[in-house]
Amino acid sequence: MLLIGLVLAGVVVAVTFALRAFRENLTYFFSPTEVATGEAPKRTFRLGGLVLENSLTREAGSLTVRFVVSDFAHSIPVQYTGVLPDLFKEGKGVVVRGRLGAGGEFVAEEVIAKHDENYTPPEVADALAKTRGTVTR
Amino acid sequence: MIPEIGQFALILALCLALVQTALPLAGAAAGRAEWMALARPAAAGQFVFVALAFGILEYAFLNDDFSVLFVAQHSNSALPVFYKFTAAWGGHEGSMLFWITVLAIWTLAVAAGSRSQPDEFSSRVLGVLGIVSSGIIAFALFTSNPFIRLASPPADGNDLNPLLQDPGMIIHPPMLYVGYVGMAVPFAFAVAALLTGRLDKNWAKWTRPWTVAAWLFLTCGITLGSWWSYYELGWGGWWFWDPVENSSFMPWLVATALLHSLAVTERRGIFKNWTVLLAIAAFSLSLLGTFLTRSGVLVSVHAFAADPTRGLFILGLLGAFSGGPLLLYAFRASSLEAEGGFKLVSREAFLLANNILLVIAAGAVLFGTLYPLVIDALKLGKISVGTPWFDAMFLVPTLPLAALLGVGMHSIWKTTSGATLVQRLIWPAGIAVAFGVTLPLLAYGKVSPLTAIATVIALWVCAAALLDPIRWWVLRRGAPLTRAQLGMCLAHFGVGVFVLGATFVSAYNVETAVAARAGDRFQVGGYEIVFRGVKHVESANFTAEEGEFEVLKDGHLVTTLSSQQRVYRVQRTETTEAAIDSRLGRDVFIALSKPLGNDVWSVRAQVKPLIRFLWLGPLLMALGGLLAVSDRRYRTVARESAAASRTVPAAGTT
Repeated sequence: MLLIGLVLAGVVVAVTFALRAFRENLTYFFSPTEVATGEAPKRTFRLGGLVLENSLTREAGSLTVRFVVSDFAHSIPVQYTGVLPDLFKEGKGVVVRGRLGAGGEFVAEEVIAKHDENYTPPEVADALAKTRGTVTR
Repeated sequence: MIPEIGQFALILALCLALVQTALPLAGAAAGRAEWMALARPAAAGQFVFVALAFGILEYAFLNDDFSVLFVAQHSNSALPVFYKFTAAWGGHEGSMLFWITVLAIWTLAVAAGSRSQPDEFSSRVLGVLGIVSSGIIAFALFTSNPFIRLASPPADGNDLNPLLQDPGMIIHPPMLYVGYVGMAVPFAFAVAALLTGRLDKNWAKWTRPWTVAAWLFLTCGITLGSWWSYYELGWGGWWFWDPVENSSFMPWLVATALLHSLAVTERRGIFKNWTVLLAIAAFSLSLLGTFLTRSGVLVSVHAFAADPTRGLFILGLLGAFSGGPLLLYAFRASSLEAEGGFKLVSREAFLLANNILLVIAAGAVLFGTLYPLVIDALKLGKISVGTPWFDAMFLVPTLPLAALLGVGMHSIWKTTSGATLVQRLIWPAGIAVAFGVTLPLLAYGKVSPLTAIATVIALWVCAAALLDPIRWWVLRRGAPLTRAQLGMCLAHFGVGVFVLGATFVSAYNVETAVAARAGDRFQVGGYEIVFRGVKHVESANFTAEEGEFEVLKDGHLVTTLSSQQRVYRVQRTETTEAAIDSRLGRDVFIALSKPLGNDVWSVRAQVKPLIRFLWLGPLLMALGGLLAVSDRRYRTVARESAAASRTVPAAGTT
């Protein structure tokens, strides 16, 4: 009886820790509009949209790049230091993971664009579909 | 005309699969030998027509028949011939036909290999395989027909996804599929045994070699996938906890548990309930994997299709194939009796721990994979689960698992004396602790507690696995090892090798990204890299910028590496071909990335210690499985026990 009780207690503790760790490791997805209206959290999240044409700039001699992610309604400037993935292109869909820095610039830790180039990530497609209904282009 | 013959062959195969299902199952239930006798001819006939259909699809690919939609979408006349061949499984429809072909091959093998078993049992096994086959062929015919024609064929095809134009792709999907689909065999054995109402030691003995065979292919398939993503995706990672990777890994974890629990059921006649459930779970998870990768709910290089009817169809199959047997199990479970007990320190107890820990690991992976999908389906937001969580949730059960492995191997059935174990294992344990801490310290000058623990455990597993072979071959003590025992030692040694590789590459990987122009030098992990510049390269189906790099150590040239930024002509896709210098002890990995303008290029370089061990380990595991399957007792004993079970059910044969 005591043994079973101990095992049960152990399982409860383990599951509690696992779930707590799980919550901390979840990253939510937000569209530029949601970020602009202040819905995005302080912690790490994912931002997705289209990379605006002609928005990509590089800092000379370093791997730091800046570009703008947009869902046609709102645009968020993004800064990233590192190597951009093969399928990263202006005018194409992108998902970046990171957090909001001072001055409203999104500081990306990771740029995700690992699919074929005619493909738009479903989160991005959803976000775009939402704003397309309300914004005339 | 020819593609229509392929479709016709597939329809005939479906008819034969239905015959293979209905008559043998009915015959076994009614005790009619002439109906049961149809199982093998129907399986053979089904194989012939499935093979014909697959052959015709290959024929269409090799002859650039772009009037077939699937060929037009996934091939191109400029594609090298062997990629035309592999393109047949490079898309959804073809890969389903491939699934069917592999199942037909397994079914044929079971039909041939089960002659020594009672007809009542083997016809039920083939009948269950027939159900699975009917379901999947119907799925292909109704939702994913690879033979659909285009009224006005295009002049040329849309080409194969460039990422799949790689030698690794020739063997990775077939291996994985053979393993995935092979899980249908232990599943069929379990369901047949439930139908018969007799889950005895013989059932376990007959199931074991098939399970090991499917498992070893799955092991190779996953390993090749990891290796492919390492060099082809261009990021130098080897495991991403990507849902698609997870969906092949979960069946593997459960199949590994099944292997071990089958050993207990065969030897001791216990854990029967558990073994049956694992067999059902392993196959259900394989189907879940098919559902996840083929329904479009996941997004990755593997997700070909985004068609809800396909997803619903597979989900229906999944419900039927796991729900039906579970219901059957619910009726039969009370009649399953354990044939003996065991003590707390015994091989049974360690194998039980192995099973629990493996299932916990599989459960954690399943939770992390499905949770975001469920949340998304409920419209509660779009989330992703970070790799740190998977890493942690995976390490918590598997490190103790590996630590217990060493003791479990050397304990004996029923009861083991603790003193004997300590006496036997004191040396391997001492060696592991001594070298586990000093080795990383000497090599890298620093060691974190987790790294030290993991290294100790890795060496402990290796040493414990080598103990018996060394005792026999070097010290000439104890009994000679059978192939099955040798296979077990080799597979467990592989586990140790893998853990060592995973530990070192996680702890001591060095990575740098630089902006470089021709002539620039930079340092990474004790190596000096010289960027020699970029030249233009043309190939039949792509153009590339090729960067050349010299790798120097202490001023001496180690090797010259060339990495390419490719642009594929048809799909205009850019890919990175990383350049890798592999040694047993480390890889130097260099990837030429995007141009930054003014002849400056971004370059990523990594030094990855012991990364080869990551793939060497699983390879040894698979080899161990191969040794175990080839053990004499599965051939000779299978015949004896078949004879025994005809007269006395569940005769002890151990």
